[in-house]
Amino acid sequence: MIESRSRTAWLPHLVLALGVAVFVFPIYMALIGSTHDAGIIGRGNLPLTPGGLATENYAQAWSQGSGIRVKAPPVSRMLLNSLVMAVIVAVGKIAVSVLSAYAVVFFHFPGRMFFFWMIFVTLMLPVPVRLVSTYEIVGTLGWLNSYQGLTIPLMASATATFLFRQFYMTIPNELAEAAQIDGAGPLRFLWSFLLPLSWANIAALFVVLFIYGWNEYFWPLLITNTESMRTVVIGLERLIPRSGTEQPTWNLIMAGAMMALLPPVAVIVFLQRWFVKGLVESEK
Amino acid sequence: MPRRVIFDGKLLPYLLLAPQVAITLVFFFWPAGQAVYYSFFLQDAFGLRQTFVWFENYKIVLTDPLYLASAWRTAIFSTAVTGLSMASALLLAVMADRQIRGAAVYKTLLMWPYAVAPAVAAVLWLFVLHPTIGILGRSLRDLGFAWDYKLNGAQAMSLVIVAASWKQVSYNFLFFLAGLQAIQKPVIEAAAIDGAGPMRRFWSIIFPLLSPTTFFLLVVNLVYAFFDTFGTIHALTAGGPGKSTETLIYKVYVDGVVNLDLGGSSAQSVILLVVVMTLTAVQFRYIERRVHYG
Repeated sequence: MIESRSRTAWLPHLVLALGVAVFVFPIYMALIGSTHDAGIIGRGNLPLTPGGLATENYAQAWSQGSGIRVKAPPVSRMLLNSLVMAVIVAVGKIAVSVLSAYAVVFFHFPGRMFFFWMIFVTLMLPVPVRLVSTYEIVGTLGWLNSYQGLTIPLMASATATFLFRQFYMTIPNELAEAAQIDGAGPLRFLWSFLLPLSWANIAALFVVLFIYGWNEYFWPLLITNTESMRTVVIGLERLIPRSGTEQPTWNLIMAGAMMALLPPVAVIVFLQRWFVKGLVESEK
Repeated sequence: MPRRVIFDGKLLPYLLLAPQVAITLVFFFWPAGQAVYYSFFLQDAFGLRQTFVWFENYKIVLTDPLYLASAWRTAIFSTAVTGLSMASALLLAVMADRQIRGAAVYKTLLMWPYAVAPAVAAVLWLFVLHPTIGILGRSLRDLGFAWDYKLNGAQAMSLVIVAASWKQVSYNFLFFLAGLQAIQKPVIEAAAIDGAGPMRRFWSIIFPLLSPTTFFLLVVNLVYAFFDTFGTIHALTAGGPGKSTETLIYKVYVDGVVNLDLGGSSAQSVILLVVVMTLTAVQFRYIERRVHYG
């Protein structure tokens, strides 16, 4: 910007291109791997160019899962589980957080700040801190291997509650007064005034929370043990045999990996603006 | 925070809070309380009887050479992941911040790995660095380097560090870039007029002005390396070979879920709780300080 450009202009491009290359490289190899047959890969002869088996591999991974000896559900089923989990967790977190933040900002009642801090402190309680007992509780409720178990216990969100609280505090009192004069009750005000104003925040949070839900690992690993309830992120790991004797079907595993990473990556690329907003704001 | 317009309703605010408060009570506070409770009891081999043992579990855990080794390993792992992903992100952000053509395109191209799940990143790197089928793993062996992460603990650790850092660079990059773009350009131009070269300007002006971002990212990355890399390790090495990639989180999982050692894993959970509380407290101190900046 200040130095004469011609001499050093190539440097940023070189460094950035190198960075992009390091990011793309493993994805490119996975893509190549998903278009060859397992034999070539197993012998260590994977070329650097795509093979001709893309359709077959993806179709097989999609509908049958992987291989003969490694038992795994079809990737389509695992993708469905991931989608259900990611969407319900994101929507649920946003819904409970909107309601809590609304109560804390617009109402005056005993214990208001107590409840707010109670939600806030959950930031300090990630799954590993309450591992065994959470599992027991979900088991007692009969929620193991169910969508309820995968989603409801994750629905509390300190960051989303905090974000909506910050936003509601910027809403001028006059708006609430005007709504009251016009005869709008509290729920009416939330639904017809606050929510329409919150869409940008909701969209941004949704993107970030969707990715969180899709990529969550510890929780589904703990809560599910039947193959049909696995999410794709865990299911993928199960496809890799740990014993030395089995020959992994690497082509199908890589097809599965591509399908597992495509939805969240697509969300980021296409909803980039919301993603950056959500990321930066939820970390404040 | 107090507002003039407050809606009426004695019951409604509690009803609005109920869903989230119920979830936090049932799935957060109760189990965390249970963990604290169990950490003071010792169970017999069949889980039938338990005896109150004061801090015995903590004493066992904190004097266990395996636990201390795991803590040391976690420290190395977290430092390496934080250092590697932040340093490369800062370099990329500084380059992208120069007003070059295509900066927006680079931003998009550098942002998406954030969306790749840690476990999927692990599988991708496994495929590349596998000693017999991976393209880089084979190359290393062809060059005469005895690469086999399944046998060599240090190599397994470096593989886990690479996979965990690779995924985190995007996040740091976005925050560093935002931080750099917030720095007033005239300050830098003035330094340039005074004869400071690019390196001097970076270390004497830009880097100090960036310190709030750097500090914030330091905490976030430590939390990531501590808690969110479980999937990476589980998918890549399952803590092996031996225990050479078993971090504290991985150990609490193995002891609690696989070995069903209730007292011991609860004590470990409580120790982790202290770690998170410390990191969160540090982060909040920082936020307060940033307010004073503004």
